[in-house]
Amino acid sequence: MQPLTNRSKVVVNKEMNFWERLYLPAVFKGMWVTLKHFVRTVLKGSATVRYPEQKRPFAPVWRGWHVLKRDEQGRERCTACGLCAVACPAEAITMVAAERKKGEEHLYREEKYAAVYEINMLRCIFCGLCEEACPKEAIFLTDRIVPADYVRQNFIFGKDLLLEGVEPEKRIDVSKRQKHLTEAALSQS
Amino acid sequence: MPFYPSVMIILFTASLLLEKAILVVVLFLITLGVAAYATLGERKVAAAIQDRIGPDRTGPFGILQPIADGVKFFMKEDFMPNSAERWLYILAPGAFMFVACMTGAVIPWGTELTLFGRPIPLQIADLNIGILYILAFTSLGVYGVMVGGWASNNKYSLYSAIRASAQMISYELAMGLALIAVIMLTGTLSLREMAQQQAGFNWNVWYQPLGFLIFFVCALAECNRAPFDMAECETELIGGYHTEYSSMKLGFFLFAEYINMFIACAVIATVYFGGYQFPGVDPSWLGGLMGPIVMFAKTFFFIFVFMWIRWTLPRFRYDQLMQLGWKTLVPLALANMLLTGAGVLLFEK
Repeated sequence: MQPLTNRSKVVVNKEMNFWERLYLPAVFKGMWVTLKHFVRTVLKGSATVRYPEQKRPFAPVWRGWHVLKRDEQGRERCTACGLCAVACPAEAITMVAAERKKGEEHLYREEKYAAVYEINMLRCIFCGLCEEACPKEAIFLTDRIVPADYVRQNFIFGKDLLLEGVEPEKRIDVSKRQKHLTEAALSQS
Repeated sequence: MPFYPSVMIILFTASLLLEKAILVVVLFLITLGVAAYATLGERKVAAAIQDRIGPDRTGPFGILQPIADGVKFFMKEDFMPNSAERWLYILAPGAFMFVACMTGAVIPWGTELTLFGRPIPLQIADLNIGILYILAFTSLGVYGVMVGGWASNNKYSLYSAIRASAQMISYELAMGLALIAVIMLTGTLSLREMAQQQAGFNWNVWYQPLGFLIFFVCALAECNRAPFDMAECETELIGGYHTEYSSMKLGFFLFAEYINMFIACAVIATVYFGGYQFPGVDPSWLGGLMGPIVMFAKTFFFIFVFMWIRWTLPRFRYDQLMQLGWKTLVPLALANMLLTGAGVLLFEK
């Protein structure tokens, strides 16, 4: 049979020679390796970080907890077209559309908006097809991790958890992700 | 004054008793402290070797971790299996701990400390058979493991206990033989005399490199440390002989192993590396405190080496372990003994 990789090794049950039977050369070799790691960690710090206080930056390809964006005037961008729900391979997105009433122009950008917008985080596979499908740049996947929970019901995220705040400090920055998406789209075309 | 001499004797005895009692308490506390912080040290060394940070949540650099662990052990449910042999089950961790604490008594930690105008030898008991005392008490350590494993009435515990006792008995043999060569060389069984003879750089390890190696390997095995941790074998025997133990009883077992390691390192430092002697350093400096400082520095170095080995080497298989013990170490120790005997005859007469 043809090997899949060329990394397979044939097992040889050969007798150990004198030096191998002494164990000591191998022992010292191993101890030299661990000593190098020990000294490097003591002098240069460890390879890991003190997690809750210190976090590693996420790569732009990271796809986590979704955000529903607002525009510059704080109006919801989503127009409940349903393209994200159609694009979603896991069928995690559901929404109920509603018509914008008079006097709600400061809340919703388009005449139609999502009264209910839910993503089931247990179904979601974080593929990012929803953000690609969205014609309004309303949904993005961010570098936030969906927190653990004990109850399945709590994983159905509604607008309260998805929609970003109006205030500037509550806005969620997706510029890195946007840039990445544009570059990816350009390189494909 | 007819009572005068007897009063003097009583006073002298009382002060001697007091002095020894204080020394015992101090050594006991130091032993417990070192063992407690060896658990933290072990985790820190392991972390550094594996490029990690290690425990750092309790106080700066995790300095309170041993205390947190102790509190945790006390707060855990003290479970006892229904089928366990009640008294032996309770006795085993205590016996293991007791034996571990006893061995520190004959180790010379320094020359003398002068306090209130009287010299206090920094050794609890200068037995003229100190080294035999240590061998005797390390052999008793098997009972803690064996009784604990048997009394829990669990087949994994028993397997592990049998393997551990077989290992300890096998390696004690080579250990004793390696020590006999040192005894022939120094002509004494007293640890204090051994330490005194190694003044300067005249350490026994230069005359007994092979003996030291054998002793070191056997000390690893006696302490149930990797690569000879047959007693614990957490990968194949669940938790080894203390599978059925919980709460502070388990804590005693784990803690006593660290005490054993501390004492074993102190014995290595005393017998092979000059004890409290170091070239260019007089152990009587700082009012006698220099001796203990040198001694503890050496001991801590060997504790580090023990940990370093543990986090480097995988465990020996049981048959490899027995093969190494009986077919390699015992013949090597015998040859070493023979060579030493010939050397002593040739050069010292």
